[in-house]
Amino acid sequence: MMMDYVWLIPVFPLIGFLINGLFGKKLSKNTVGIIGSAVIGLSFLVTVKIFFEFLNLPPGVKAVEKTVFTWISSGNFTAQAAFLIDPLSLVMLGVVTGVSFLIHIYSVGYMHDDPGFYRYFAYLNLFVFSMLILVSANNFLLMFVGWEGVGLCSYLLIGFWYEKQSASDAGKKAFVVNRIGDFGFLLGIFLIFWTFNTINFREVFDLAAKYPIGSGVITAITLLLFVGAIGKSAQIPLYVWLPDAMEGPTPVSALIHAATMVTAGVYMVARCSALYVLAPFSLTVVAVVGALTAIFAATMGMAQNDIKRVLAYSTVSQLGYMFLACGVGAFVSGIFHLMTHAFFKALLFLGSGSVIHGMHGEQDMRHMGNLKKYMPITYWTFMLATLAIAGIFPFAGFFSKDEILFYSLVDGHLLYWGIATVAACITAFYMFRAVFMTFYGEERFDHHHVHPHEAPMTMAVPLMILAGLSVVGGLVGFPIIEGAHKFKEFLKPSIAPLHAEVHHAMSFEIIMMIFSMTVAAVGIYIAYKCYIKTPELPEKITEKFPTTYDYVYNKYYVDELYDATVVEPIKSGSDFLWKGVDDKVVDGAVNGSAGMVAWLSAHLRKLETGFVQNYALAILIGVVLITGYLIGR
Amino acid sequence: MSVTIPSFTLSSIGPWLTLTVGAIFLLLLDALSPKGRKAYFPQLSLVALGIAALQTYCLWGRSGTDFARMIYLDNFSFFFYFIFILGTALTVMLSRQYLEDWGKNLGEYYALVLFATAGMMLMASSAHFIMIFLGLEVMSIAVYVLAGLFREDFKSNEAALKYLILGAFSSAFLLFGMAMLYGAAGGTLYLPDLAARLTDKAFVSTPLALLAVALLIVGFGFKVASFPFHMWTPDVYEGAPTSVTAFMAVGVKAAAFAAFARVFFLVFPSLKVDWVMVLWVLAVATMTIGNVTAIAQTNIKRMLAYSSIAHAGYLMVGLVAANQLGAVSLLYYLLAYTLMNLGAFGVVILVGRKKDAYLNIYDYSGLGAQHPVLAATMALFMFALAGIPPTAGFVGKFYLFSAAVQAGFIWLAILGVMNSLVSVYYYLRITVLMYMKPAEADLGPVAFSPATTAVLVATAVGVLWAGVFPGFLYNLAVNSVKIFPGM
Repeated sequence: MMMDYVWLIPVFPLIGFLINGLFGKKLSKNTVGIIGSAVIGLSFLVTVKIFFEFLNLPPGVKAVEKTVFTWISSGNFTAQAAFLIDPLSLVMLGVVTGVSFLIHIYSVGYMHDDPGFYRYFAYLNLFVFSMLILVSANNFLLMFVGWEGVGLCSYLLIGFWYEKQSASDAGKKAFVVNRIGDFGFLLGIFLIFWTFNTINFREVFDLAAKYPIGSGVITAITLLLFVGAIGKSAQIPLYVWLPDAMEGPTPVSALIHAATMVTAGVYMVARCSALYVLAPFSLTVVAVVGALTAIFAATMGMAQNDIKRVLAYSTVSQLGYMFLACGVGAFVSGIFHLMTHAFFKALLFLGSGSVIHGMHGEQDMRHMGNLKKYMPITYWTFMLATLAIAGIFPFAGFFSKDEILFYSLVDGHLLYWGIATVAACITAFYMFRAVFMTFYGEERFDHHHVHPHEAPMTMAVPLMILAGLSVVGGLVGFPIIEGAHKFKEFLKPSIAPLHAEVHHAMSFEIIMMIFSMTVAAVGIYIAYKCYIKTPELPEKITEKFPTTYDYVYNKYYVDELYDATVVEPIKSGSDFLWKGVDDKVVDGAVNGSAGMVAWLSAHLRKLETGFVQNYALAILIGVVLITGYLIGR
Repeated sequence: MSVTIPSFTLSSIGPWLTLTVGAIFLLLLDALSPKGRKAYFPQLSLVALGIAALQTYCLWGRSGTDFARMIYLDNFSFFFYFIFILGTALTVMLSRQYLEDWGKNLGEYYALVLFATAGMMLMASSAHFIMIFLGLEVMSIAVYVLAGLFREDFKSNEAALKYLILGAFSSAFLLFGMAMLYGAAGGTLYLPDLAARLTDKAFVSTPLALLAVALLIVGFGFKVASFPFHMWTPDVYEGAPTSVTAFMAVGVKAAAFAAFARVFFLVFPSLKVDWVMVLWVLAVATMTIGNVTAIAQTNIKRMLAYSSIAHAGYLMVGLVAANQLGAVSLLYYLLAYTLMNLGAFGVVILVGRKKDAYLNIYDYSGLGAQHPVLAATMALFMFALAGIPPTAGFVGKFYLFSAAVQAGFIWLAILGVMNSLVSVYYYLRITVLMYMKPAEADLGPVAFSPATTAVLVATAVGVLWAGVFPGFLYNLAVNSVKIFPGM
């Protein structure tokens, strides 16, 4: 059985990382590219084989655990290096290896002229390795290993073009923001261990089932885990790093900052559905954060001119949808949207990469226009993905997004549904705005310097495959007809239901679908009106509402707010500790010039005694305080 | 009057004897032989350390006391012997190239290192307070001299002098504490006797006993570089020769923790409520001061000095937890720290090159492109120090904080986790500089000697091995802490 060799799935990318990382400098670019892509392809094949083996397991077997070795064991605590094979992890493994494989192939073409070619593939392989560990781990601690690993690789890849100051700043920002999330996640793990004495997923979920609904400790655990998810999946208030992360190479944005890593938070919440269903308060928090992020980010997407930034805010917004789904208990719909989103968002990013590639690095949509003439493949695939994200029948995004809207109404609250619907309208608007500005209208680029051209085959083929998936990928979750929602049937064993399934009238479901289609159509029409029919209209609107536009354009000044309230105080605190508490003069001597040393030598005796006295004084104060405390208490 | 000479077995102190004799032999050889012989000193030291390791291996599993109940024979001591031998051997291997660059490849250097190691062993296995003090002084005096090895160097001089003065100051507190304890317990300084007497209500909670606890915390706290007794550390670590800094950061700290743990776990369990809170505060303050100040450092040795202060804070978490996992994590983490810290200092020595010309952290810019293997190992050590899985640093921290949680110190664990998240910032900055900044200048060739290469390979492999398969060391540590009541 291939299942016994499940460890091969992450090990192949690790081998790729080692080969490319250690010897990549000496290998030719073709070799590096082939090795880097082939290892992912192999992982994908193993995943597919295991998927079919899993389907043939006797009914009743919900999950299989394969232990490779015991990693940490102390007393009653054990963390194994073990893999959990169940529908949820198989879906994630399939999405990660499949999409990664396409993006690796695309990268061979996209990064071809980059001097850091081997470094790029080494990082990318390491990233996939970490991501696969994250989604296939059978316990929280191993999951955390992957969690840290993807964060690290993301950081390295955002700052890949480190010559650009903005790139290394963005990397730093991603890092710091993610730390906050990781802190919550780690505390959550500690609390889980403290409560259940185990960190194995299945054991934790079994034990948790004995707790009453709404118990304090489960609520605390789920909230802490959600803090981790907020950081990794760029939700309010920690979303600020994701748009800046677009400084990395475009395929990286496609893979890490759209299709895989940022969905880790959603995966984690779905994985812990058994805990979340016990904590109604946490679910409400998840839903509210998700809904707010969905609409907040969508509005910011409206005013961006950088094509990648539009997609970045759109990603934040779509992740918000996924959390909204989880928050109303529709975990399956969240994962479903995660999967379809992986297809069409990867495609959108790769398409934008193709545009940027063809436009010699231009990312500002104001300097594009009518590109459909020059790059038909890119245009058509981009268009299909846009239809998918806008939620047009029968493209992939339609099924998953419609499902989320549906459940946010029947299991959630009218307010959730209202917000999500408005956000869906805005999504259709800004996505078509991007399409119209990029591919339609007049040619606004400089014809003397820019000669748009279609992408090479290594880039075009992945686009077409992803386009195919964006079109048909949603059919696995066909609604209405009983049993046609194969995706839900498949995932059922991995997800704890919030309540027994309720059947809704078919006519109600159909009305809902038509409504959500109409909403999307309205968004598309407005975009058409503004950017094709009367291109001067946006200008006028901007002039009419300058303050609003200013706020939206500047992303509500959240970055500036964080800078002023969080970043600066920490900086000055560290400086103070260093310059104030640490001795000034010794440091000066170290860093100082010869003159400083000379000056010091002259005053050496006086100063030296001073310092040692200071240190001795600190010791003495310590003595007094400790003695005083111990004897006085 | 007849004097009875207590019976003893020399093999009980075999490792110390080997190191001491080896050191004396080196000194004699240095005095008697022509200059060329000096080339063999590192090898001779390594032979002595190898024999000592073998002797320790043979001693493993023995228990009891010897030399008129002055020393313990137990796996706790032997575990620390291994840490010291490992740390010293790696230091010796790093030293030669470095010292030759400075023209200071002196015989006494190796002799002093071996003497200091013997002193550390003495500290780890003492069954009597006077022996602890003796070990401390044997170790410290050798290290004072080593810190000032570069006599012509202003900073090295300063380091030695500061360390000497403050070390003497703190030793006085330690000694004073012992005197108080002698009075409080009614005239004994044998650890097993003290442990027995301090369970008696009459002796517990007398001001004298509490004063003794306070003063012992000060004495040990100085050696492990705990707040507020840490202020010497950055100056001394920065000024001392880099190889000596590495030796101090791992060896001296481990020895001090060995005695610290043995005294507090064995002698003072009945006063636990008193000292636990003090150590809680010191642990948190130490790691916070260390980590926050490290962020602002631009000199790599100084940064690692603050990192070492922060690590003292983490290690004290194991003392505060005062349960089996706490003690085990202390042992495990000290061994892990020895590996990762010596590895990091190995890279610092290699990058620093001729007379420590490149010690600024910006000198690491572009290292990833120019010396990929060196940069990769440094990145690994930085990740390990930051506690990123799957390195030994992560597992060690996980043990430490779990121990705190197990003992009910949730907030200590939270603050510890927060601290280690902060620390990632400055460790990762080195990695960022290496991989994400263009070199400010051509770094030129780095001279890899076989010995330094061996150190880097051994520490890198060790850090990963102990991180992925921690079970072996964990079991050894569990075996070693069984001597403490309730573990």
